[in-house]
Amino acid sequence: MLLKMKFTQQRRVHLAQGLWLLSWLAVMCGVFIFCLGVYLKIELLRRAEVMDNTEIHVVPNILMMVGLASIGTNWVASRVCQDSLDSSRFPRWKVLLMAWFGVAAMLCCLLIAVVVLSYALQGRLEESLKVGLRNGIRFYKDTDVPGRCFQKETIDRLQMEFRCCGNNNFRDWFEVQWVSNRYLDFTSKDVKDRIRSNVDGRYLLDGVPFSCCNPASPRPCLQYHLTDNSVHYNYEFQSEELNLYSRGCRQALIDYYMGLMNSTGPGVLSVILIQMSVLLSLRYLQTAVEGAMALEDPEGDSEGYFLEKGVKETFEDVKANVLTMLKIGQVDPTAAEESPEDADAEKAADNTEKAASPTPAS
Amino acid sequence: MAVLRVKFTKTKRDKLAQVLWILNWISVVTGAILFSLGLFLKVEINKRGELMAERDIQYMPNMLIAVGLIACAINFLGGKICYDCVDTTKFLRWKLIMLPYIICTFFFTFCVLVGALMCYSMRGELEVSLDLGLTEAMRFYKDTDTPGRCFLKRTVDMLQIEFHCCGNSGYKDWFQIQWISNRYLDMSQKEVVDRLRSNVEGKYLMDGVPFSCCNINSPRPCIQQQITNNSAHFNYEHQTEELNLWIKGCREALLEHYNYIMQSIGLAVLITWLFELSVLTGVRYLQTSLENVLRQGDPNSESDGWLLENSFIETARTNLNIIKSLGKSNQIDTANNGDPNINVPSTSKAHYGPDNVPPKQTPEAEEQHH
Repeated sequence: MLLKMKFTQQRRVHLAQGLWLLSWLAVMCGVFIFCLGVYLKIELLRRAEVMDNTEIHVVPNILMMVGLASIGTNWVASRVCQDSLDSSRFPRWKVLLMAWFGVAAMLCCLLIAVVVLSYALQGRLEESLKVGLRNGIRFYKDTDVPGRCFQKETIDRLQMEFRCCGNNNFRDWFEVQWVSNRYLDFTSKDVKDRIRSNVDGRYLLDGVPFSCCNPASPRPCLQYHLTDNSVHYNYEFQSEELNLYSRGCRQALIDYYMGLMNSTGPGVLSVILIQMSVLLSLRYLQTAVEGAMALEDPEGDSEGYFLEKGVKETFEDVKANVLTMLKIGQVDPTAAEESPEDADAEKAADNTEKAASPTPAS
Repeated sequence: MAVLRVKFTKTKRDKLAQVLWILNWISVVTGAILFSLGLFLKVEINKRGELMAERDIQYMPNMLIAVGLIACAINFLGGKICYDCVDTTKFLRWKLIMLPYIICTFFFTFCVLVGALMCYSMRGELEVSLDLGLTEAMRFYKDTDTPGRCFLKRTVDMLQIEFHCCGNSGYKDWFQIQWISNRYLDMSQKEVVDRLRSNVEGKYLMDGVPFSCCNINSPRPCIQQQITNNSAHFNYEHQTEELNLWIKGCREALLEHYNYIMQSIGLAVLITWLFELSVLTGVRYLQTSLENVLRQGDPNSESDGWLLENSFIETARTNLNIIKSLGKSNQIDTANNGDPNINVPSTSKAHYGPDNVPPKQTPEAEEQHH
């Protein structure tokens, strides 16, 4: 027996009561996890226009699923606790408890996976933002094209809210034509020169939109002719730091989302701990109560354990059970030796496969 | 002839006391809500403190805070009183305090009503304060090197970005002030010198606005400079262009914001006032019915409860007389021609020795005795 503990009647009662409270706490934690998932999803959806793919959405989706499942699971655990001290009502939970342990263990694994994923998917999020922002900046001028007409407003709002400019920095705006042809005077010499100066015939300038302007600058914002020191009085473009936002929007968004997930990390870890302690306590309660019910004096001392046999033996047992369950579905061509186990399995196989072709062995 | 007389059986009285106890506790909660609303308003006003000129607008949130605290205290006491009123013996403890308590609470509810009305009247003061404050802030927009005013540029920019507004009444306010500091003006250029000479005060005025006035809904990149010059920009007509800059003035935008807050607070205060008034009515009925029970002697009997013992007019008259006589206690009594030496015998029966035969009374005394 693994991790044995002795339980008097008094201790069993205390364990049941404590576990009932703990499982209701775990229900609250499930609600918390669900709300966390919903909040993350909403935050990701708000900026969906600057993201290229939705791979990162797997994190809030799992959180929502786990939250809902854990509410149901822990509610069942509280019902089991209520019935555990009544020997007439407890046996009906026997079969369900095995499944319950499996589900609870899976929930814990999923939560750990979520924590790992939120770090592992950072690279994918960065890629997605890179492509999304590049498209947003490219289509900034297309306010007359249906399907892209809101890109300008989205990018402007994003840059003002997150205090950032461009993809990596403000120079990304120098490589893109962000002034629409509708507002360019093609008879003007300056416009014609600029358009001829590059291969694609785009109107490129060393200027940025107004949403890149930093309100904390002591000087009114300089948006155009940024690289030309002589155009503005008392201006040196290399040393000027406060005029525009220096951070790139991709970095700003990554920092924001990573900060969000990091701050929820401790909460998720403590929920994992609570869920595991519910699992452990319920196992002890189950074995202790079953042991007490098997005694002549139901109020006497019983033993509670975590596993009946050692870890290795339990593992072999479980493997054998699973294999026999799998063999029930298969046709067995090489059943020459009929061990008692196999005979039982084949009898079950025969019964379940009357419709299928008869096995050669029988 | 009592005002609104209602008959109360013993069970009815007990139920009334219990219900009033719960209602008083709910009133404590509403008092706490009023307190927090006052605090919230104070914080909101102080957040934009840099944009408001020195005006007496702090009285509004301060009053709300005071009213909230007093409401909590009064209703806490009321809850205690109602809790004890179920038991007639305990009621005797509170008997003398109850009437003054009811009168105080009645005047307090007046204060609550006045507070609610003030919420709606603060608008005028606020508008003047904002007008002056915004004008000052815009004038000092360029002074980012003057200590004490260096954050005004940032404040005004963030205000215009957040509230989607431009200037005091509109964007043309920016045309009338110099919002570019002299530090960034090249005085050797002819154009700059011309502009400086073009007005009396030597200010660098231009038909341009800061970047924070730009409207993000505009389909076109923002036009900030030479706004009134149609030929400076391609395909641009400044009279019909609506989406380029924010049209609303910041004074109006801030007023709308504060109006919304004040209206919600005013509504909450009115509802609190109605609630307090109904609780007060209940307490008055409870007090009068318990006093009548004590007068009748049998604690389980029925009794009457009322708002006023006599009609309004008679009660008013009696109270006025009481107030008059209180005032007269220092004055000479003019009933006997102002002569304090006339003997006015007392009307009580005195013990005059073993025979207990009263002496011959004078005719005056007999008249007075009757």
